[in-house]
Amino acid sequence: ADGRKWKNNLPILCDIFEFNYEKLTFHLLLQVQRILRERFCHQRLPDRPVGLESQYKHLLELLRRTAVHGESNSVLIVGPRGAGKTMLLRCALRELLELQEVKQNVLQVHLSGLLQTDDRIALKEITRQLHLENVVGDKVFGSFAENLVFLLEALKRGDKSSSRPVFFILEEFDLFAHHKNQTLLYNLLDVSQSAQAPVAVVGLTCRLDVLELLEKRVKSRFSHRQIHLLSCMSFCQYLDAFRSELALPDDFPDSKFSQEWNLNVSELCEEKSVQEILQKHFNSCKDFRSLHLLLLLALTRVSVSNPTLRAVDILEASRMSSADSKANILHGLSVLELCLIIAMKHLNDIYEGEPFNFQMVHNEFKKFIQRKSHSIHNFEKPVVIKAFEHLLQLELIRPVDGGVCKVQREYQLMRLMLDHTQVMEALQRYPQCPTDVKQWAISAFG
Amino acid sequence: MSGYYTKLRARRTYRWEGKPTSEDRKLKRRYYGSLSIAVDRRPAEAVVSVGQYILIEGHDDDNPFVAQLLKLGDVRFMQVTHVQWFVRMCEIHQNKRKLLGRSPHPQEVFYYQDRSCDNEVDAETILGSVQVCVYKAPFPDRENKDTLFVKLVWDTKAFRIMDPELFQPPQSPKSPPPYQHAPRVRALPTPDPTVMKRAMIGVHTRSSMSTGKMGTSEAESAHSASKLSAAKVLNMKRRSRISSNPNIRKKLDLCSPSKKLTRGDVLGDILGEDQDTEEDLAKKLGSSPPRRISITIRMTPLQNPSRSSTDEECLSVQALDSPAKPTSTALDNTSRNVLGVQPLDDDVFELEPALVSKGRTPRKREATPRQPSLRAPKAEEHEDSPIQTTATPRSKRKSAQLVSFQIRKQLSRDELQSDGEDADDDCFVPAKIDLESSSDEEEEVKIDSEDELIVKRSRCTAGSKMTRTAANSRASARTPRKTPSKKAAPTTPRTPRHATPSIPTRSLPARKPENVLEEARARLHVSSVPESLPCREQEFQDIYSFVESKIMDGTGGCMYISGVPGTGKTATVHEVIRSLLQAAEQDEIPHFRFIEINGMRMTDPHQAYVQILQKLTDQKATADHAAALLEKRFSMPAPKKETTVLLVDELDLLWTRKQNVMYNLFDWPTRRHARLVVLTIANTMDLPERIMMNRVASRLGLTRMSFQPYNFKQLQQIITSRLNRVKAFEEDALQLISRKVAALSGDARRCLDICRRATEICEHSGQQGGTKLVGMSHVMEALDEMFSSSYITAIRCASLQEQLFLRAVIAEFRRLGLEEATFQQVFVQHQGLCRMEGLQPISVSEGLAVCQRLGACRLLLLEPSRLDLLLRVRLNVSQDDVLYALKAD
Repeated sequence: ADGRKWKNNLPILCDIFEFNYEKLTFHLLLQVQRILRERFCHQRLPDRPVGLESQYKHLLELLRRTAVHGESNSVLIVGPRGAGKTMLLRCALRELLELQEVKQNVLQVHLSGLLQTDDRIALKEITRQLHLENVVGDKVFGSFAENLVFLLEALKRGDKSSSRPVFFILEEFDLFAHHKNQTLLYNLLDVSQSAQAPVAVVGLTCRLDVLELLEKRVKSRFSHRQIHLLSCMSFCQYLDAFRSELALPDDFPDSKFSQEWNLNVSELCEEKSVQEILQKHFNSCKDFRSLHLLLLLALTRVSVSNPTLRAVDILEASRMSSADSKANILHGLSVLELCLIIAMKHLNDIYEGEPFNFQMVHNEFKKFIQRKSHSIHNFEKPVVIKAFEHLLQLELIRPVDGGVCKVQREYQLMRLMLDHTQVMEALQRYPQCPTDVKQWAISAFG
Repeated sequence: MSGYYTKLRARRTYRWEGKPTSEDRKLKRRYYGSLSIAVDRRPAEAVVSVGQYILIEGHDDDNPFVAQLLKLGDVRFMQVTHVQWFVRMCEIHQNKRKLLGRSPHPQEVFYYQDRSCDNEVDAETILGSVQVCVYKAPFPDRENKDTLFVKLVWDTKAFRIMDPELFQPPQSPKSPPPYQHAPRVRALPTPDPTVMKRAMIGVHTRSSMSTGKMGTSEAESAHSASKLSAAKVLNMKRRSRISSNPNIRKKLDLCSPSKKLTRGDVLGDILGEDQDTEEDLAKKLGSSPPRRISITIRMTPLQNPSRSSTDEECLSVQALDSPAKPTSTALDNTSRNVLGVQPLDDDVFELEPALVSKGRTPRKREATPRQPSLRAPKAEEHEDSPIQTTATPRSKRKSAQLVSFQIRKQLSRDELQSDGEDADDDCFVPAKIDLESSSDEEEEVKIDSEDELIVKRSRCTAGSKMTRTAANSRASARTPRKTPSKKAAPTTPRTPRHATPSIPTRSLPARKPENVLEEARARLHVSSVPESLPCREQEFQDIYSFVESKIMDGTGGCMYISGVPGTGKTATVHEVIRSLLQAAEQDEIPHFRFIEINGMRMTDPHQAYVQILQKLTDQKATADHAAALLEKRFSMPAPKKETTVLLVDELDLLWTRKQNVMYNLFDWPTRRHARLVVLTIANTMDLPERIMMNRVASRLGLTRMSFQPYNFKQLQQIITSRLNRVKAFEEDALQLISRKVAALSGDARRCLDICRRATEICEHSGQQGGTKLVGMSHVMEALDEMFSSSYITAIRCASLQEQLFLRAVIAEFRRLGLEEATFQQVFVQHQGLCRMEGLQPISVSEGLAVCQRLGACRLLLLEPSRLDLLLRVRLNVSQDDVLYALKAD
C-alpha cells in the first residue's frame, strides 16, 4: 500500500529531487520511519514478548483452557508501568485467536478503569460488547439494576460446555476496586468460581498491593493467580534490546540499505558515548517504554541529508528527554524576574524553607540593588509586582493556602516551587546574564 | 399488568345478613347464614350465603381463588369464613401440571384436597360469588364466562375423577371427600376405563406414591414429636379436626337432597367442632327454615343481549378445538403437540378479546405481527410426530410424551431453575429469531415458542377478564397498549424489553479433560458441584431440620448464618435446598418455593424487593411498589400458599440507614400467614449486634449458626473427596497445602485454587506424558506464587535510580525522625547519594518521574503529583524490607 502511495506522489517528488539517488533514499527512509515508528508507538506487537517467556506461557495456557475447555479462571497481571502488561496480554490473545477453534468461540470484553469509572458505565459497556439482546444498535436499554440482573442472568444461563467463553479484560484493575461495594468485581469473580458461563477475568494493574484493595469476599473469590512482570534485565540485555528495536526486518525491500542500517546500529552499540547514554537511561528506568521514547526522538533526526542514525542524534534525544521541565521556563524569564527568584532562593536559605511574601522578596531585591548592583536599575514597585505576578502565573511560586485568603496581595504567603539546583543551573545557561546577578546568586546570604 | 389492577379496585364493604344462625361460645364465634357485599359506585348489594361458590381475592387478580363457602362467622368482630377450596390449573405446581395429561379447559377448576391448607379465610377477601358446575366429559361447547367447571379432584399428588357426590351444587353438598388413602381407594368405584387409565398414569408417574398422605403425616408427626412448638400443636389439632370430617359428612348423606332449607346451617354446624354438635342441633331446630336468598352475583354487571349472540358465533369456532386449546393454564408442551390445530387457535384467541372490547383487537394484532410466520416453521418441524392430533386427550398426552419429552424436560428444568425470572415474558411482542449459527437455530426456536406461549397466556387472561367489571377490563386493557408503544422504537422490530438474557452458544463443544491432571483440575475447580459436602454434616443437619420443620408446619422463621468467606455457607444452604426439593419431589414434604437473592448482585438494597417479587410472581415493579405488594402478599391470609424459602446472601449489603429492608425481611416470617423461611448469610458473626437496630435484631431471633474455618484435616478431606479416586497428588503434597491454608485462612476456595495451580506447574515441569503426581516441589512453587509478597522482588528488580531513591527516602526519614518527608527533602538526599555512587545527578523532572513510578507500584505512598516539590512521600513497605532487598542486591 505504501508503495502505491509512493507512485502517486512520484511526479511531485521527481520535481523536488533532482537525483535519483536522493529519491531512492527518501523512499527508503520513509519506509524505515514507518516500520520503526510502528514499533516505538506500540502499534505493532512484537513477534514474541521479550524477557517474559514464562509469564507468557502461563497466561497463554490459562486463556487457552478457558477457551478450549471452558474452565473459568481469574488472573492478575501485575507489573510497573511500561513493563509490557498489555503487550503480553495482546500477544497471548493474538496467538490464541490464531486457533480457528478459539476464534469462533471466544467473546472478548475490554474494560478500562480509567474509562469505566463506575459500575453503571461498566455494565453498559459489557452488555454492549457482548451484544446481549437488550442492546439495540449501540444503545443499551434499561436501568442499572435491570442491566445487572440481565447480565447476571445471561451468564447464569450459560454452562461450561455449551456457551461461548468470555474474556473479561480489565485494565487498571485497581480502579475497579474503588467502585461502590465492588459489585462488578464480585459478580465477575463469582461467575468465574461457579458453574456458569465460562469466563476468564484478566486484570492488569501496576499496583503491587492490589489484593489488599479487594474486599474479603471478593478476595476469596479471586483465584490469587498473579503474573508478575518484574524484569530483571541486565544492561547487556538492554543493549541487545536497543539493537533489535532499531534493526530493520529481513523483508525490507532494499536489502543493501537494511544491511547498512543494521550494521550502523551495531556499531552504535559499541560506541562509548552511546553506551553511556543508554547506561544512564537504564539506570533511571528499565522499561521499554522509555527506551522507545528515546529512540523515537532520535529517529526523527534521520533525514535524506542524514540517512543513518548517529551517536549525536541519540545524545540530542537523550538531552531532550531528560531535560528539566522548568529549565526552559527559567531561560525565558526577564532579568528582573530572575532576580526575584534569586531573592526568593536566598529567603528560603535564610528561613529554611518557610514561606515568604512579596514584601520580603521586594526588600531582599532592593538590598541587592542598593548594595551590589551596577547593571540593574531600580525598578518601580508596580513593575516588580507585575514581574512577581508573572512568576505566580507560571506557577514557579505558589500561594501557601491556595490563594483563597483575603490578605493583601503583597503579604500573601508564597512558596518557591524550584529546587536550589534548578535555579543555579538556569543561571549558568541564562543568555547574557549580568555578572553581578550571578555573583549574588552564588553568594551565601544575600 | 395485573399488578396495577389492585389500585383501581373499588372499595367493598361487608355486612352480615340477618341474625347469627348459631353460636359457638367456647370459641366465641357466631355463625351467620349470609354476607352482603356492597361495592362502591354500585347500587346493588351482592349477597353470598353459605354453600355458594365464591371468588376470593388472591395474588393474581385475573384468577381469583375459587372456593365453596362452608361457614360464615365472626370472632370478636373479625369476620372469618370456612371454605372448601378449588384450584385452577395455574395454581397447581408446575411440575404437577403434566399429570393432568390434557390441556385443561380455561374455565376448569379442581376440587382441592389438602389437609395442610388453611381453610379459614378472612371474609373481607371475598370478591363475590361464582357458579361452579360438575361436568362429566366432555366440556360444554357453549360456555358462560361466569361458570366454572369441576371434573376432577386434585389432592396435590394426582388428579382423580371427582366423586359426583363429593361435589354438589349449592343445594346439597353432602358426601365426604375421600380423604387419607384416596389414591388407593379411588380407582375402584370408577368404571370408565379411559379415566381409570389416565388416573393410573397419574399415579404411575409418581412412583413414590407409597409415601402418600399417610407417609407424610407419619413423618410429620414423628418429626414434630421431637419438638413441641405451639405451632405444631395447632397443626395437629387442625389435622385431627379435618380428619374427623368424613364421618360427619357421611351422616349428612342420609339427609335427602330435597332438604335444602337448612342446608347451609347444617353444614356450617357440622363442620364445626365436634364438641358442640348437640348444642348446634338444638339451635338448628329453632332456626327458621328458608332464610337463604339465593342470588347469584354476576361479576359482569352489564350483560347486554347482543353479546350472547356474538358469544355463540365465537364459540362455534372455538368448539373446533376447544379440548386442545392451550389456555392460561396450558401445559408448555401442548402447544407443540397439537399442531394441526394450532393456526386455528390463533384465530380463536384473536376473536375472544374482540368480543369484549372490539377496539382493542386491531392493536393486538399489530403487536404480534410475526405470530403466524413464527408458527409456520414450527408446525413443519413437528409434522412428523408419530401421532397426529386426535380428539381424545389421552392420545394427545401420549404424543406429547413421545415427541417432546426431551423438550419438556428441558423446559421444566429451565423453569425450575430460573423460577420464571424473566419478567418480560408476559408482554406481547415476540422475540425475533436471531440466527447466530446453524446450531443455535433449534435453541432459538425453542425459546421463541416459549415466548409465544406466554403471549397466548397473557392474551387468554385478557380474554378471561370478561368476567370482570367493565372498568377493570378497560383498566387492564390500557396497560398492554402502553407497553409496546412506550419504549419500542417503531423502526426496530425487536424491543430490548423482551430480550432473553443469554450468552450465545459455542459452535464447537468444549473439550473434555484428556489426562489425569486435567481431570483433577476440572474436579478441583470451585465451580464443580461436589456430590456431597464433607465436613459440614452438622451444619447441614441443623439447617435441614430447621427448614424442614418450618415447611412441615407451614410456619415461618429466620436463621442467621455467619462465617468467613470460603467456608461453605452458601454451598451448604444450596445443598440443603437441593435435598429438600428432592424430598418435595417425592412428596415427603409439602412443596415449597426457593428464592435466592444476593446483596452483592443488586445495585441498591431496595432492589431486594424487586428481585423477590420478580422471582415470586414474575411481576415487575418499582422498589416501593414491590415492597407494598410483598407486604400484602405476606400479611394476607392467602390460602393454598406454599412455604417460601428465601435465601439472602451477603446480608450486610442490605443495610440501609433506616434498615427497613432488613426489618421487612425479618418481620415477614413472623406474620401469621406468611409461611416464609428466611435464611440469611453474612461474613461477620456479630452483624446483628453491630449494625442492626434492636427491633431488627430482635426479629432475627436467636437462630444463629456459625461456620468455623476449615482445619487442615477437613481441607484435606475436601480435596480428597473432590478428587474422588483420581490419583493426581502425593499424600504429603495435599497435607502441605491444607496445612498451609488452614494456618492462613481456612478458605476452601483458596485451597482448591492452590491445588489447581500445583497441577499446572506439575504439567509444565514434566516433559514426558507418563503418569505423574503432583509432588511437594510443585506445591511449594504454587504456594510461593500465591502467598509470597512481591514487594521484595519488585525492589530488587527496580532500576538503579529507583533503588537509590528508596535509600534516599530512608535516609531522610532517619534524618527527620519522621516517617514522612517532602519530595524536595528526599531529592536533596538523592542527589547526595548519586554523587556518592559516582552517578551523574538526575534532574528534578527525572527524579519526580522515578518517584511517581515507585508510587504507582505502591512501594511509596504519594500525594497527588500536582504538589510538585512539596508532595509528601511515605514508605508502603517496612524500612527493614527495603534495606534487606537492597542489601542482598
